[in-house]
Amino acid sequence: MGPKLVHIPASKVGKRRIRLSLARWKKIDLFQVFAMTGLTLLAIFMLLPIVFIMNHAFKPISELFLYPPRFWTNQPTLFNFQQLLLKSQTAVIPFSRYLFNSVLTTLVTVAGTIFVSSMAAYAFAKQRFIGRELFFSFTIVALMFAPETVAIPRYLVIANLGIMDTFLVHVLPLLAAPVGVFLMKQFMEQIPNELIEAAKIDGAKEFVVFFRIALPICMPAVATIGILAFQGSWSQTETSVLFTQTESMKTLPYFTMTLTNGLANNVVGQGVAAAAGLMMFVPNLVVFLLFQRRVLNTMAHSGIK
Amino acid sequence: MSSAALMKRRWRALLTTLWKQRVSYLFIAPFMICFTVFIVIPIVLANALAFFSFDAISMPTFIGWDNFLAILTQDRIFLQNAIPNTFKFAIIVGPLGYSLSFLLAWLIHQLPKRIRDIFTIAIYTPSLSAGVAMSVVWLVIFNGDRIGYLNNFLLSIGVVQDPQYFMNIMIIVSLWASMGVGFLAMLAGLQTVNTELYEAGAIDGISNRLQEIYYITIPAIKPQMLFGAIMSVVGTLKAGAIGALLAGSPITPQYSGHLITNHIEDYAFIRYELGYASALSVVLLLLVYGSSRLSFRLFSSKGEE
Repeated sequence: MGPKLVHIPASKVGKRRIRLSLARWKKIDLFQVFAMTGLTLLAIFMLLPIVFIMNHAFKPISELFLYPPRFWTNQPTLFNFQQLLLKSQTAVIPFSRYLFNSVLTTLVTVAGTIFVSSMAAYAFAKQRFIGRELFFSFTIVALMFAPETVAIPRYLVIANLGIMDTFLVHVLPLLAAPVGVFLMKQFMEQIPNELIEAAKIDGAKEFVVFFRIALPICMPAVATIGILAFQGSWSQTETSVLFTQTESMKTLPYFTMTLTNGLANNVVGQGVAAAAGLMMFVPNLVVFLLFQRRVLNTMAHSGIK
Repeated sequence: MSSAALMKRRWRALLTTLWKQRVSYLFIAPFMICFTVFIVIPIVLANALAFFSFDAISMPTFIGWDNFLAILTQDRIFLQNAIPNTFKFAIIVGPLGYSLSFLLAWLIHQLPKRIRDIFTIAIYTPSLSAGVAMSVVWLVIFNGDRIGYLNNFLLSIGVVQDPQYFMNIMIIVSLWASMGVGFLAMLAGLQTVNTELYEAGAIDGISNRLQEIYYITIPAIKPQMLFGAIMSVVGTLKAGAIGALLAGSPITPQYSGHLITNHIEDYAFIRYELGYASALSVVLLLLVYGSSRLSFRLFSSKGEE
């Protein structure tokens, strides 16, 4: 039931097109100005909390609790960051241990997710085997899965696997990433079959084709699922809270959480917590900024038909 | 030929094909194993546990539908707080947040290419910061005493602190952080729409942008919108954790921000009634599955071409 088709004689179409495009230009200008003002205001509003945490992390104690509260900092200091390091050096587990745990588990998770997801995606996209559609439809259904819903059985499974309180517990549960497999598969389908056939005729085995041809072509998608895995791993507290008991096995987000919990009336900790929060957030942002183009490029193929 | 011999031959043929395709199974094996262990088994277990009474120490005892009966008839907090809160939260953060991210993606797409990136980053950044990192900011902004920025403002116009605002705060914070993967997918999808479609539409009598969105844009990016919708369903669930972060414990003041996820956490990790908590998570799983099915109904492009 679209707008009615109006039959226009061919000679008029040309003129009408020109007029239309002119009209479009005028309209766009006004509309674009309008859209841009609105978006700019909104963008500033959305970025406020982020600018705020940056300021807060650099505020000296004398400014943290001024009344009326102030947004900008007058005399930025690194005092809070020093405190973060010092405070935690006197504690049983130093800050650096949490940081090390986080960096290590995140790196392994990112590498593992890329490997596991792209292998499965390659098979789903480019190979024919019995049960392919069935397994892939499982993956689609699993897109709707949120681990939060089944926290208890997950706990039971992990307890029975015997990986409780080890590094693996920060990595393995995150490797089951249906979103990664899905995005990768959509992207891999763009690879022309002739390319793969040609390589096979030259005697390349499936694994060689995968590593030498498929993966290099799919670098944007690799970057994207890498970023998603990074975001998922770097700031999650679930595995630290539920699956580890030893303090030295827990990660940075958990440490940050202990700093911010019940902070509302805590005078001393606020600047330190802001500094820790900033350290959680900045790597996320930097990684996204570096790969933004590739992420959007991958997302263009994200449609579910 | 006897039917037994025929069966045997078929069997053998199947085995030979499977053996020929062994490389494919090797490719999907790592993912399928993680997927089974951390997603499928927990879901199956949750469904099974829902029919037991289990306190994590003694053996589970089978009690049939009693857990579900208790949910429907005895659990006052569930019926009075968790259900209405979850619906309010989910309706606003889900569909509203989703429409908002579509609108923003579309607005950004109307701008000239060069400045799109800036706005994309500004709108997407909050979703990166979600969770632990920002809780210090929310605590400061929404703090109950006059140091809280918003409270400072509200006090000056005569509004006082009340648990009923807690829910609104949760919603605002979640909306702020909801422009995530789905937003990126829709934005990227918009860039793939063939511009000739718009020109053709203009000739066919489409006169304003609303018609353009309805007749051209939405049908063209339906697949990406479906992906976005599913990400939004899952994201809404995850966003529920914000209440626990703001309050510092799964139980929010006077159950003002009590969602089903919090209720599960309460029964699972505070009261250790694992069977009952599993029954609750089955209810939640059904709700999530239902909403995803609904998204498929709305946005599926199957059977249209």
